[in-house]
Amino acid sequence: MQLLQIKNLQFLHCGPISFQIKPTEIIGLSGASGSGKSRLLRALADLDDHQGEIQLDEMHQQTEIPHLWRKKIALLSAETHWWFDTLSAHFSNVDDPVLLAGLNALGFSVDCLQWDVARLSSGEKQRLGLLRLLQNKPQVLLLDEPTANLDKTNSHLFESFVAKYLSNNQACAVWVSHDAEQLARVATRCYRLEEGVLTHVD
Amino acid sequence: MLIELSPIDLSVAALLVLLLGSLSALMKLGITRQLYIAAARTTVQLLLIGLVLKTLFASTSLAFILLISMMMISVAGWEILSRQKRKLKVGWGLGVSTGSLFISSFLITLLCLLTVIQADPWYSPQYAIPLLGMLLGNTMTGIALGMDRLIQSAWQQRPVIEQRLMLGQSADEAVSDLRREAMRAGMIPIINSMAAAGLVSLPGMMTGQILAGAAPVEAVKYQILIMFMISSGTGLGVISVLWLISKRLFDERERLCFKRLLKEE
Repeated sequence: MQLLQIKNLQFLHCGPISFQIKPTEIIGLSGASGSGKSRLLRALADLDDHQGEIQLDEMHQQTEIPHLWRKKIALLSAETHWWFDTLSAHFSNVDDPVLLAGLNALGFSVDCLQWDVARLSSGEKQRLGLLRLLQNKPQVLLLDEPTANLDKTNSHLFESFVAKYLSNNQACAVWVSHDAEQLARVATRCYRLEEGVLTHVD
Repeated sequence: MLIELSPIDLSVAALLVLLLGSLSALMKLGITRQLYIAAARTTVQLLLIGLVLKTLFASTSLAFILLISMMMISVAGWEILSRQKRKLKVGWGLGVSTGSLFISSFLITLLCLLTVIQADPWYSPQYAIPLLGMLLGNTMTGIALGMDRLIQSAWQQRPVIEQRLMLGQSADEAVSDLRREAMRAGMIPIINSMAAAGLVSLPGMMTGQILAGAAPVEAVKYQILIMFMISSGTGLGVISVLWLISKRLFDERERLCFKRLLKEE
């Protein structure tokens, strides 16, 4: 049973914020641009300075080796970056059956791994960015507007793919989105970040 | 017999520098000021050192020669910082640049004086000072280039470094490619000079010795010694600087954090 607990998290003007997420749950997070949603995700992944207790089961964020923490608590930022010339160089294991199944589920053919990254569209980058992140087998997914550049069909594919990953791996997620309908579809419960305060939305 | 240069001869060369400066100003390349200052400095500094070199070489005081060496190292360290596009925190930056010059130039010169040259006394200034000077001059270039490359590319590729951190890479892995590129940039000048030595360029020290009547083979041996010392010194210096900077780019939680390294804008 992997439980993510956030106690008195504070960063910038935000907080203290406390909540917890159980396995297979998805927390929907909304709020105006600049309200600190992305910063909240970055704090959870320990990429920015912040105060408060964050723990995954018995693992405490501030005493865990940072890069091992980020393998468990994985952030998919709104814009993903690719630094090698080919797509395949970014994946730790290109023969991983889980990756191949993922490509299939998200509407790619297997030979897309040979593509040049320069030809990727932003929607493709987001979906492939998720698959790249999942190679670490994270227990918590932090998704920052992951379907912002996807059409309706691909958004739905993405949503069900994430839900399936969470239930297969007993993982959980925080899902940031401006799309209230989407959050209603995917989230177990929803919060709104406004003027530094996190409030529950029904 | 040396052909004497008249002030007019020098002004021909000076005119070329002025020309380059104006061209750079015209094309807005932004090096005019730096070029003129460097040209003025070379003139004044060489004139001054020319006047005292004989007296300096006549000195037999170890303390005095050490003092001169430390001065040379500090100036070289300062010049490395001045060549950086992004301005480093001065105290930390000076510590790193002079520290790495100390390893790469001072210790190697010392080793060479004690085990290879073995003059009497071993710190004879006519060997010690030019040797240290040649090493400093070259490693300083390598270090300045490597450092500038690493900091500039890390700054430009912040999103990529952070992306790599998000993928669970350690700080060290996340900058490994940039460090390799910076190492290459720092080593290009000395690898060029070694590869082209004798075919393209005739090293100044060796040529001078032969013209002054030294046996060619002896002069060549000295030049090889110098080249090997410079390349290993530059390599060591660049490696230590890149290692220190890539550590400094991240805080204790492996977060990319330029404010530890750079001056606040």
